[in-house]
Amino acid sequence: MDGARDPRSDETTEQAGKALAASGVAVRAAGADDVVAGVPPRWVALPETAEEIAAVLRVSEEHDLAVVPVGGGTKLHWGAPPSRCDVLLDTCCLNEVVEHEAGDLVVRAQAGLTVEALAEALAAKGQELALDVPVPGTTIGGLVATAIAGPRRFRYGTVRDLLIGITVVLADGTIAHAGGKVVKNVAGYDLGKLFTGSYGTLGVVADATFRLHPLPPSRTWAAASFARPVRSGPGGDASEEASAPEAVRLAGELHAALAAAAGSQAEPVAVELDWPDVTGPATVAVLVEGAASAERADAVRALLGPEARTVGERPGWWGRLPSAPPPSRDGARAETDAGRDEEPPAGRGETLLELRASPSRVAGALAAVHVTALETGTPAAVRGSAPAGVVHVALRADAGRTARFADALRARVEAADGRLVVLSAPPEAADGLDRWGRVGALALMRRVKERFDPGGRMSPGRFVGGI
Amino acid sequence: MSTLERLTARLGAALPPEAVITDPVRLRTYECDGLTYHRATPGVVVLPETAEQVAAVVRLCAEFGVPFVARGSGTGLSGGALPRTDGVLIVTSRMRRILEIDIAGRRAVVEPGVTNLAITEAVRDQGYYYAPDPSSQQICSIGGNVAENSGGAHCLKYGFTVNHVLALQVVTPDGEIVELSEQDAGYDLLGAFIGSEGTLGIATAITVRLSRAPEAVTTLLAAFTDIESGGQAVSAVIAAGVLPAAIEMMDALAIEAAEAAVHCGYPPGAGAVLVVELDGPRAEVERQFTAVERICRDTGAFEVRVAASAEERAAIWKGRKSAFAAVGRISPAYIVQDGVVPRTALPEVLAGIDRLQDEYGIRVANVFHAGDGNLHPLVLFDDSVPGEGERAEAASGRILDLCIEHGGSITGEHGVGVDKARYMPRMFTPDDLDTMQLVRCAFDPEGLSNPGKVFPTPRLCGEVPGVRKGVHPLVEAGLAEQF
Repeated sequence: MDGARDPRSDETTEQAGKALAASGVAVRAAGADDVVAGVPPRWVALPETAEEIAAVLRVSEEHDLAVVPVGGGTKLHWGAPPSRCDVLLDTCCLNEVVEHEAGDLVVRAQAGLTVEALAEALAAKGQELALDVPVPGTTIGGLVATAIAGPRRFRYGTVRDLLIGITVVLADGTIAHAGGKVVKNVAGYDLGKLFTGSYGTLGVVADATFRLHPLPPSRTWAAASFARPVRSGPGGDASEEASAPEAVRLAGELHAALAAAAGSQAEPVAVELDWPDVTGPATVAVLVEGAASAERADAVRALLGPEARTVGERPGWWGRLPSAPPPSRDGARAETDAGRDEEPPAGRGETLLELRASPSRVAGALAAVHVTALETGTPAAVRGSAPAGVVHVALRADAGRTARFADALRARVEAADGRLVVLSAPPEAADGLDRWGRVGALALMRRVKERFDPGGRMSPGRFVGGI
Repeated sequence: MSTLERLTARLGAALPPEAVITDPVRLRTYECDGLTYHRATPGVVVLPETAEQVAAVVRLCAEFGVPFVARGSGTGLSGGALPRTDGVLIVTSRMRRILEIDIAGRRAVVEPGVTNLAITEAVRDQGYYYAPDPSSQQICSIGGNVAENSGGAHCLKYGFTVNHVLALQVVTPDGEIVELSEQDAGYDLLGAFIGSEGTLGIATAITVRLSRAPEAVTTLLAAFTDIESGGQAVSAVIAAGVLPAAIEMMDALAIEAAEAAVHCGYPPGAGAVLVVELDGPRAEVERQFTAVERICRDTGAFEVRVAASAEERAAIWKGRKSAFAAVGRISPAYIVQDGVVPRTALPEVLAGIDRLQDEYGIRVANVFHAGDGNLHPLVLFDDSVPGEGERAEAASGRILDLCIEHGGSITGEHGVGVDKARYMPRMFTPDDLDTMQLVRCAFDPEGLSNPGKVFPTPRLCGEVPGVRKGVHPLVEAGLAEQF
């Protein structure tokens, strides 16, 4: 991002720094750990209340500073790099459960609280937020900003479906609330929906209120394995010509198993696919929870085939994003050999895609990933909630191959009315990568952005259409 | 020639024959929705058949600066479809096609005039249904459900319209047709649009999620001597970790009305009845039923009835579903409220409503979705007695104040509309309301789409200050990406 270097004079910068320091909010100089998708901020602000967030944002408006909010920083490398970044607004000091009325099954929590800390507080009362957040260390603010969800989205939906109230601070320092602390509420516009998945581009989330569920008395999984698409050939080498029909066969089998489980009246809460390498075997696993879970899981198991089994423990991969498989012999070897023995930090260096497709088109989407992986010589992993219409794809390759993979897969997926989003990519792969794909209402989204953040200072450039 | 007349002269070219109504007698048919004490004769009514026709009408409204209001079946209870005498009423009753049913994809695409129940009827044979079930589901339109984010008795377990709509085709207030889809990256405009009460545009095609029909459904009716015991049963059910599909409560006055109207045969002497419906896998429902029945008896139910068939279930629901209309049997007029309180505040709020009855000298019948704290107090009055209507109105407002004081909401499912707009400042600060209006300004800067609803005062949108026109300079210079 050399081109984005701030052209402002040192004097202007110094004034802005003084104003931030005078705001009464803890501010420190940014360091190497504070870089946002390759772009270093100048300052890190550490507000402790919504009012302090507002104070930081007012100074930022006065001095035309670009602000990127951050919680746990676990997904700070997601989204496009900001076009500029002066202040990293760290919500770590807003980490309290504001209100938890167990009898109402509702909790209000501050943005910087981690989902783990929240879960612990709720479990003490036998309750939970039924979102299996797939990235450990995620904060409430980060959860809302990225709208990530895990396996039980199949039953409970995602953040948007469980968020019932929100406090936000706008770019000009206005503190606004929407929704409330009752689940059933249609008074006024639902700003919570608008902020969910907005990647920090509309303002800063100060706290959020969620609908809760009782912790289920029991959980049982049913799981089945499916053989790899290529069984023949010396040494099992996968050639594109030989494996395409086999991949279609496997994708069809997976689709059938997923659909059967999803349509079961035993009512599983999650139906997941794990395909750690799309040239290898796959697993379908189903979670049944609540009263009579063992009996009901057994009913689902019967739908998954003769070799399926039920277990009381979650599969090791359950509720986590996929990891890119090791490089294949023919494909990405040259580029990645050097780093093979070192375990990279979780998720870093990888490209993570989110693929959305109608549950009726799962087979085609899965076959598309397989074909794209072979065609581009890039091994890929698939995991996710196919019957809920969402799976994630992980790969690790050089910039060119990554872009080719994303473009080719998106072309196939969009042709079938699906969507492909690049959630994260290594900085070196960021150039020339279309992250967002087709978006139906981009013009309206720009108009919303212009109203909420007319100066274009909130996480600028990180979102669709350069928003 | 007035502006509206000039606009009307051009409507014929945009619409099929017989689709423009200007006859004053026929216009009167559309003067109110389900909330009949707000009335206004629309300037002109149009009956478009396609999204393109809706868009053409809206573009004309934009060109002439004339307000427009969308209307489905007109069953709304907040005056959300109250027409404008100086505007166009766009009625979706001719847009009634089910465009696509995709069982494998668990979704259907329908036009806005399709009734809520028609979706379920179209897929029931295949073991699916459309979950949100407002009481008016036999006639209310899905387009109206989208505008109001309609709920229903079963939203305790299954959520609201917004949780069951996957995509919308929308005509924006400037007459463009856009797709809002949960699949797309970007802001959740789909979520923001649903429940915006027609103020952000008109939905012209709706993709709904279809849900798998439950394996078993059990409905029980428990009779208590007083409402407090019924309330304790509700709290105990929730505390036991049971999430019923519905928990409904009626007090003695509401029961009296229902008996008079539909002879529902609820246990005599009941001071309150509770209707609990459990659905899901048979094994789960059986265990939960045992728990719920025990809780009801432990908290003082003197009779528990269980529906063993669909007919018996319908009989139990009959009293509850007829309650609003039934009140007409015991009172010449009534106001229905839609406040919500946290479940734990129910006893206090009900006691507060009791006190208001004495204070204002009026009767209040309570019918409510107890599971989610959504009250429907029916404030009864005689409109032939001078001053009684005003007293009823004042008592209604005090009930909403009670809800707000206890951390609740002024509306759980009926919407704000024109009826409750004046209460919005009691629930939200000026900053909250201004922030919501930023969304309005993004969609509808001229304020032509259902003006006067939701917000007590319109916001003048104006130009966006300091907005860069065109691409960002860094993008122009090739220095930053902009996808």
